[in-house]
Amino acid sequence: MAKLPQNFETYNEIRQKGFLRMKELKDQGARVVGIFCTFVPVELIYAAGAIPVGLCGTSEDPIPAAEANLPRNLCPLIKSSYGFALTDTCPYFYFSDLVVGETTCDGKKKMFELLNEIKETYVMQLPHVRTEEAVQFWKGEILRFKEKLEEKFGVTITEDDVRQAVRRKNHERDVMLGYLELGKLNPAPITGYELGTRVDASSFSFDLEERCAQVEKRTQEVRTDWEANYKGKSSDRPRILLTGCPYGGVRDKIVKAVEELGADVVAFDSCSGTREKLEKIDPEAPDIYEALARKYLNINCSVMSPNESRTQYVSDMIDEYQVDGVIEIILQACHTYNVESFSIKRCVTEKGLPYLNIETDYSQSDKGQINTRLAAFLETIEK
Amino acid sequence: MYYTGIDIGSTASKVVVLNEETMVDHFVLPTGWSSKETATAVAQRLKDAGHPVDGGEMKVVATGYGRISVDYAAKTVTEITCHGRGGYALLGHDCTIIDIGGQDTKVITVEGGTPSSFLMNDKCSAGTGKFLEIMANRLGVDLTELFALAEAGHPLAISAMCTVFAESEVISHIGAGERREDIAAGVVESVVTRVVGLCTRHGLKGEVFLTGGLCDSAYLLGRLSEKLGVPVQSHPMGRYAGALGAALIARGGKKRTI
Repeated sequence: MAKLPQNFETYNEIRQKGFLRMKELKDQGARVVGIFCTFVPVELIYAAGAIPVGLCGTSEDPIPAAEANLPRNLCPLIKSSYGFALTDTCPYFYFSDLVVGETTCDGKKKMFELLNEIKETYVMQLPHVRTEEAVQFWKGEILRFKEKLEEKFGVTITEDDVRQAVRRKNHERDVMLGYLELGKLNPAPITGYELGTRVDASSFSFDLEERCAQVEKRTQEVRTDWEANYKGKSSDRPRILLTGCPYGGVRDKIVKAVEELGADVVAFDSCSGTREKLEKIDPEAPDIYEALARKYLNINCSVMSPNESRTQYVSDMIDEYQVDGVIEIILQACHTYNVESFSIKRCVTEKGLPYLNIETDYSQSDKGQINTRLAAFLETIEK
Repeated sequence: MYYTGIDIGSTASKVVVLNEETMVDHFVLPTGWSSKETATAVAQRLKDAGHPVDGGEMKVVATGYGRISVDYAAKTVTEITCHGRGGYALLGHDCTIIDIGGQDTKVITVEGGTPSSFLMNDKCSAGTGKFLEIMANRLGVDLTELFALAEAGHPLAISAMCTVFAESEVISHIGAGERREDIAAGVVESVVTRVVGLCTRHGLKGEVFLTGGLCDSAYLLGRLSEKLGVPVQSHPMGRYAGALGAALIARGGKKRTI
């Protein structure tokens, strides 16, 4: 099994180290925009000269506090995000000049109304269909967001600013994709735990170019290591594709557990995985705002209907990453992913691969049972 | 050489000993409060029978909820794989296995002699052996008596999903002076409904086979068969399916039967 590098830092360690850097940046007058989701066109935030930062939402700690105002039977990511804000324990939320939400799922949409009572939360109205009318509507939302940023920070965002930001963000997507595609190497030279952690925590490195340089360096190291120590060898460890809901809050309970049980997580079809990084934006597009609208509406999130492109993508990934089994993570009360899991399961089993669906939340109470299920699942994959 | 499968369940610990050709021993012990002590008791029992675990003539595979407590096991395997392998060995062909365990209930599809997919109940004891045990306790009977009572009764509604709430329902029924037979029938019906729900979600392929500690109850088999609309079979060795599967895995090789 591939090992973690000596200087490996966990998501939480990187998240905490980022606090101080963020404070320094704020002291120097930085503008900060807190976001929750990959549907927010961060190019506009960069074009406004501001820094986007992913807000906390992967810990169970603030959930009891959140449940004072939110129903218990709600997605843990939504409860955690709101709980962090309510208990003022997410420094990134504290430092944000503006928080941006988006109407992806019903739970988040309504939670943002409550969040707005704690701090100004600007909500982008995301359509859930990919028709031409929806593209035009979403383009309107993107322009409205641009105006909001201009008004909030007293700046003018030019088309050139946006095109420049598109180039920078395209490059970052390519770098992250190049890193995540290390998972295509067989046998796996890097743990899925490290792959996922580094990408998820990279948003706490606020300098886009510095972030890219660090990830490119690691990508190169791993490739060299693979050439020297893995290439041509065989491994009996099953290669797992992870799909479904954002998994940051169950990273240890599922990703770490399944790798400790003897598998390699090699592919991530999730928000922070390859899903959003494949499609780039043409910086020379005649209408750059429409190009942004099209790119973001194409994200294969289950809130979209129909969303056959996700099933197709999972099928392609199974081939490209030489996957032996698929694990789908459903966060409690996430209806769209939960219903869509029927199509994903059908696609996976039609390809002759085993599929495991795990519905869970951020608590540790089902850890033992999940371990048994993961172990039994791996036992069905004979390599 | 001997190959031993030890299935340490939350209620009972089952042991099967094979040699290259056949089964040479099997026995069951109550798990008690410590699976470590149970593992020691199993080792002692094996030694008394002339099959010491540390004599170099024995390979042990442990399964079940207490599998990690068997420190002399060469390997641990989940109960899902073991019940699948053991069930196949008893039945002789591919099937769907229902295992109502003390802690959890599983539906296992066996293809090519080994589990291909499975579904396990959520983190909750509704629809498990534990549920029956708690309710039997409340009615002041053991499991065999519970099934006998149920057979003579007309099921009362026990609708709560949660064991704790369902127990309150049972207490209300007792308080209202309902017949014990009808309460017992309601208790069994509640478990049957949960198990059937799990089967429906997972899908049944081929013959259906009940393993685990409850497979000797003709009444339960009848209720499951009726609700599922297919005959549910069992085997005199059904409760040993997990231990047998583990012993077969210990023996290795291509042979999928005893």
